[in-house]
Amino acid sequence: MAVSVDEAMSTGPVRDHTPPARRFGGRGRSVLEIALLTVLAVVMLFPVLWMIETSIKENRDVYAIPAKFFDFTVTLDHFKDVFVASSGRSALSASFLNSVVVAGVSTVLATVLGVPAAWAYSRFAVKAKKDQLFFILSTRFMPPVVVVIPIFLMYRQVGLIDTKLGLILIYTAFNVPFTIWMMKGFVDEVPAEYEDAAMLDGYTRLQAFWRFTLPLLLPGIAATAVFALIFSWNEFVFAIFLTSSDDVRTAPPAIAGLIGGTTVDWGLVAAASVVFALPVLVFAYLVRKHLVAGVTLGAVRR
Amino acid sequence: MSNPVPLTTDHPGQVASATPPAPGRSRRLSDRGLAVAFISPALLLLLAMSVFPLLWALYLSFTDYSATRGGPAHFVWFENYTAILTSAQVHLRALTTLIYVVGAVALQTVLGFAIAYLISRRTHGRGLLTTLFLVPMMLSQVVVGLFWKFMLDAQFGVINSMLGSLGLGQVEWLTRQRTALISLIVVDTWQWTPFIMLIALAGLTAVPKYLYEAASIDRASEWFRFRTITLPLVWPLLLIAVLFRAIEAFRLFDLVYILTSGGPGVSTETLSFHVYKVAFLGFNTGTASAYGILMVLVVIVLTQLYLRYLNKLKED
Repeated sequence: MAVSVDEAMSTGPVRDHTPPARRFGGRGRSVLEIALLTVLAVVMLFPVLWMIETSIKENRDVYAIPAKFFDFTVTLDHFKDVFVASSGRSALSASFLNSVVVAGVSTVLATVLGVPAAWAYSRFAVKAKKDQLFFILSTRFMPPVVVVIPIFLMYRQVGLIDTKLGLILIYTAFNVPFTIWMMKGFVDEVPAEYEDAAMLDGYTRLQAFWRFTLPLLLPGIAATAVFALIFSWNEFVFAIFLTSSDDVRTAPPAIAGLIGGTTVDWGLVAAASVVFALPVLVFAYLVRKHLVAGVTLGAVRR
Repeated sequence: MSNPVPLTTDHPGQVASATPPAPGRSRRLSDRGLAVAFISPALLLLLAMSVFPLLWALYLSFTDYSATRGGPAHFVWFENYTAILTSAQVHLRALTTLIYVVGAVALQTVLGFAIAYLISRRTHGRGLLTTLFLVPMMLSQVVVGLFWKFMLDAQFGVINSMLGSLGLGQVEWLTRQRTALISLIVVDTWQWTPFIMLIALAGLTAVPKYLYEAASIDRASEWFRFRTITLPLVWPLLLIAVLFRAIEAFRLFDLVYILTSGGPGVSTETLSFHVYKVAFLGFNTGTASAYGILMVLVVIVLTQLYLRYLNKLKED
């Protein structure tokens, strides 16, 4: 089973020519289907468009009743507010920077830990391999709200509460299972014979991995890392329970904090959300070929 | 608690002790050492950050420990568990969670499969359509929750504004008992329909063309072809997607926290949200741990089911 969006896009029609339908014309039906798809696409995309629209509206247009769809005044003030506060840099922009650090470092760590493990699981006869792999994946399925209770107590003991290191560690632990499962699929695709051949030429197993297999794995590693990056970037539960100060807080809790007060500046919320979501969409577009594997944590492939 | 944990994790230790770095030994052994060296760091991290906390929670679940009160923890054995399992509050939350999980996952499956089916019948613009439909899935739950909160606002929300211009009445989406849970289901459906669609589409495009050709030579009706070719071939993959979504929906927290905070009243309090309230607002750490352990048991059962189907799919 070929499972990738690109293939879903490029393969021809499932049926090249539908036999002439007897009850109602094939063309009429096709038009109906296209209309239905268009309506569904509009419904799915409307909230996203509305968010973008709100982020560039003047404040009084944001709260207009009835809602203004087209004739509003365009402004970039909300985006300015995301990054600049009256006293210099805004708290939001600091949280974006924290997010970059936390998501970036945890992704690197998860990749460094996960890729070798995936290779070993793919190449060697490890005892109870299946059980180990299933155990690894099931740690990823634990409800975060449950895990965060003992993690909170644990971090309080060792002073990791409200530190970036604490967040990085827990994000790494959540991305390692994904990295191993996703990468194992990519390693399985590289024939083990390459390494055997290299070892006949006198390389050790490790050198064979490093010099021959790893370069072939690079595209897969990049795709896997991008997904890990997206997961950490979007993560909210651990961030809100384990951090509190502005210096440490990542963007999701910071953005959610914007609706805490009595009045909500929805224009600012929209602009912050757009700034936050844009990189994710760009990255997701880059790895669209691997989306099926990525969103099922590497479990479904073909 | 979970059987596989102690079973699997002591292997690396055994293997490690069995491989002294002896030069000149067979290659098999050095491979083994390499495997241990490559696998154990990842497993150790998981042990420290996932297994150890859960074991600690297991220990706390038998005590009356409170994170704020401090002091020593007293063993109360199964008191916490009986308190939770017999609590009418918890039963109500379980029902809410069940309605939410079943409602949202069912809606997503039907809609997602329908969209995938429609897209798979198109010859042109498939790539663009697929990409556009996938956008909601990649967004953070925080962004999704915030945005729908704004759109569903009773006063100046765009949904009520559109209803108004259609001459329909205003609905208090998030502040009425019944509509709040429906709103939650709608938002989750909006975000995760693309997930089912993506996987169903993968299944649909993998159905061999010649089956349809053979069927159309036999002049089989469209419905017959759908029922006997498409559905049986796509179903196994779809089931994986459905189970995956069910697990995710069961442990959902972010969306409830942002959209309704469990309100109005307790009408949208799912089990996850209730655990949070017991642990971080009530500070009954022992009770919350027992609660959490029970949730973990449910997740483990669901995960086993999921992995079993996954295995079956891979073997075919």
